[in-house]
Amino acid sequence: MGMTIAEKILARASGLSWVEPGQLLTARLDVVMGHDVSLPMAAKEFARMGGRRVFDPERVILVNDHGCPPHSIKAAQACAEVRDFARKQGIRHFYDLGKNGISHVLLPELGLIKPGDLVIGGDSHTCTYGALGAFATGVGSTDLAAGLVTGECWFRVPESKKYVYYGRPGPWVTGKDYILYTIGSIGVDGALYAAMEFTGEAISALSMDGRFTMCNMAIEAGAKTGIVPPDEVTRAYMAERGKDYEPVASDPDSAYVSVWECDVSQLEPQVAIPHSPGNVRGVSAVAGVKVDQVIIGSCTNGRLEDLRLAAMVLKGRKVHPSVRAIVIPGSQRVLASCLSEGLLRIFLEAGVAISMPTCGPCYGGHTGLLAAGERTVSTTNRNFIGRMGHPESEIYLTNPAVAAASAVAGSIVHPREVMDK
Amino acid sequence: MKLKGRVWKLGENIDTDCIVPGQYLTLFEPGELAKHCLEGLDPEMPSKLNPGDIIVAGRNFGCGSSREHAPIALKGAGIACVIAPSFARIFFRNAINIGLNVLESKEALELVNDGDILEIDLEDGFLTNLATKKTCKVSPMPGFVKEIMEAGGLTNYVRQRQIGNA
Repeated sequence: MGMTIAEKILARASGLSWVEPGQLLTARLDVVMGHDVSLPMAAKEFARMGGRRVFDPERVILVNDHGCPPHSIKAAQACAEVRDFARKQGIRHFYDLGKNGISHVLLPELGLIKPGDLVIGGDSHTCTYGALGAFATGVGSTDLAAGLVTGECWFRVPESKKYVYYGRPGPWVTGKDYILYTIGSIGVDGALYAAMEFTGEAISALSMDGRFTMCNMAIEAGAKTGIVPPDEVTRAYMAERGKDYEPVASDPDSAYVSVWECDVSQLEPQVAIPHSPGNVRGVSAVAGVKVDQVIIGSCTNGRLEDLRLAAMVLKGRKVHPSVRAIVIPGSQRVLASCLSEGLLRIFLEAGVAISMPTCGPCYGGHTGLLAAGERTVSTTNRNFIGRMGHPESEIYLTNPAVAAASAVAGSIVHPREVMDK
Repeated sequence: MKLKGRVWKLGENIDTDCIVPGQYLTLFEPGELAKHCLEGLDPEMPSKLNPGDIIVAGRNFGCGSSREHAPIALKGAGIACVIAPSFARIFFRNAINIGLNVLESKEALELVNDGDILEIDLEDGFLTNLATKKTCKVSPMPGFVKEIMEAGGLTNYVRQRQIGNA
């Protein structure tokens, strides 16, 4: 019997010719990633473990992205600790304010992740890199520390579940809608411990940015990882970055515990309503809900394609008088492209506040939290109680077009309501 | 090893923002994090918890973020064990790594009510409700994981091996 792509990557990394779900193994890591929330704690454990030098400074990537720019003294201390660790360990791949981005936007952009790579990161949305056909998964600070010391991590081989998307999407339906619909359908533990393999003609037709969005939210279904087997889109993306890689694919006779199918032509834009990413409705069911704030950005939807989509809706229009809209480009390079493409002018003229790249409000850090009784539409990935501010605030998760349209309308709307006027 | 404590019965999908809200992610001392343990669920919760208490929760406990702050806060507050039919994978792994007892049991929720005293026999894998005398069995840990727990967490486990390799 053959292996799925997830199994193959784990097998190769652990020096085994064949692995099966449930098997425990120790594997060599291609990339170990940390940021200002996970690394300070990891650095302490690193020292307690007897670590002196990281296993390979070239394979460690550190980004200040959460409490960056620092919004408190403690956040400043955390960023300083990452800086200090990077310097002492000679870590070249350290990205700080002004030269950074949100890690899961930045690392692929820089060509630091390749198809077939085995990646752990001190962040639950590390699974984002699966869009490139890497096996990427989030870990806590102690696993991160162990990875920094040994260059290895233990894994229980996950079961692979196949998700097939076919048909052609209607206007304003994006990768965000595919994954929201999926999580709404299978539940927040519907893929618990599994490797979600995203395939089908609709995935083949999906841009890399759309694939990042989908894999980013695999964790919200409880998955160990989300993965898109490399294809022509992957090859072109890596070629743009001048990176070669060895092809990797699932064998035709590999085993999946389940196959789930979706006809994307039947989808309208999706909305995750309070207070769970699994609480999903079509936008028409939620239309008219009043909105106080709109956030467009994050590791889910902070890439250039996302901001182009938002700008398409906002162009020549104004943010509703009772709404505050914030756009957060996911990296310095995305911000630069927004400038050169005229998107910043569109945002400014619409009355949108523009932020530097940061995770900011997504995790309740800074740059646009909510007061009691306030409601936000956000292109982020989680809407648990209190996630973005007061426990009595509400978060609705959408794609960038719905977010932008809702900013204009002052309430949640299908983008065509705004575009057709 | 036997544990005995008051049960806090919680719902399903208790997420990591609920266990440690995002604004506290710049803290890392267990004592500091304990002051905000489960604050997202109930602002008074940190003052209600006592060392030795046991959490029996619904499925998918600890879903959401990889923040190790979550199990650290629970351990810092003195929670002796968390029992649930299923756990979010990163939380489960983190709990093992820092030495917080986590047990998978499908029957535990039926066995107890909030406020009951529960006894846990970690060696034999039995839960006993001391009021009703009802018991149920819990799934044992895989061997590798037991080794990490017995070493007192991943840090000790790795350090022992580093010293061995020196």
